[in-house]
Amino acid sequence: MTQTLLFYTFATLTAASALGVVLSRNIVRTATCLLFTLLGVAALFILLDAEFLAAVQLLVYAGATLVLILFGVMLTSKNPFTSYQPSRLELLLSLTIAIIFFTSLTAAIHTLPSPPAASESSYSILFLGNALLTDYLIPFELSSLLLLLTMIGAAHLSNPRKPTSNQ
Amino acid sequence: MPITLHHYLVLSALLFTTGLLTILLKRNALAILMGIELLLNSVTLNLVAFNHFSPTPTEDGQIFALFIILIAAAEAAIALAIILNFYNNFSSIDPDRAQTLKG
Repeated sequence: MTQTLLFYTFATLTAASALGVVLSRNIVRTATCLLFTLLGVAALFILLDAEFLAAVQLLVYAGATLVLILFGVMLTSKNPFTSYQPSRLELLLSLTIAIIFFTSLTAAIHTLPSPPAASESSYSILFLGNALLTDYLIPFELSSLLLLLTMIGAAHLSNPRKPTSNQ
Repeated sequence: MPITLHHYLVLSALLFTTGLLTILLKRNALAILMGIELLLNSVTLNLVAFNHFSPTPTEDGQIFALFIILIAAAEAAIALAIILNFYNNFSSIDPDRAQTLKG
């Protein structure tokens, strides 16, 4: 019973703030709405017995990625409260695409069989650590390589260079 | 009424649709980046929900979700570096102005 109540609470939070991301006109409010969406998804992860993923979601997404995006907002906009108004044709086309997409997805979901509630999985983090160091060892190591490459690439790209005058 | 897999899938479909709408409607590269984060989050939620409701006990969905979060962080860092460079050249982050490939 509490599971149901908690699911609906956090699902409402997630969906409402996701709608806020689309509807809000200024970029700072969009980022704030995105923060609440990420928090709602993290809470849903806890309901799905994925505590470690919830912690990672909070640390990496809400803690690092969103702060990075907010830094980008502050560095790039002369006035962070400028708004962009899409034209009526764009609005109509996008809404049509979104409605068709959502209705077809929900229709497809309702043709799926509904599996019973999950079996008891208590030591989620233990299994996760074991899997990362046995079956998924190579992707795990490759991801560390990816992070290193990202670090070098981001430092190289954001290095201020003088415009090349000699061709 | 217990919460089934369908509840999570419909919520995830809603998240994906809002991410799609954000990408389609915003005229700001950073807002488009936020839309992409919404899309990735909906996929992560899908994977974790399928993992939780799978008939055999498994952790594969959570591992995949972990890798998605990692790649999203890497993607955000690179995208931000590109956007800052673009801003230095055009003093705007309107993606409609990215029309030239000349350096």
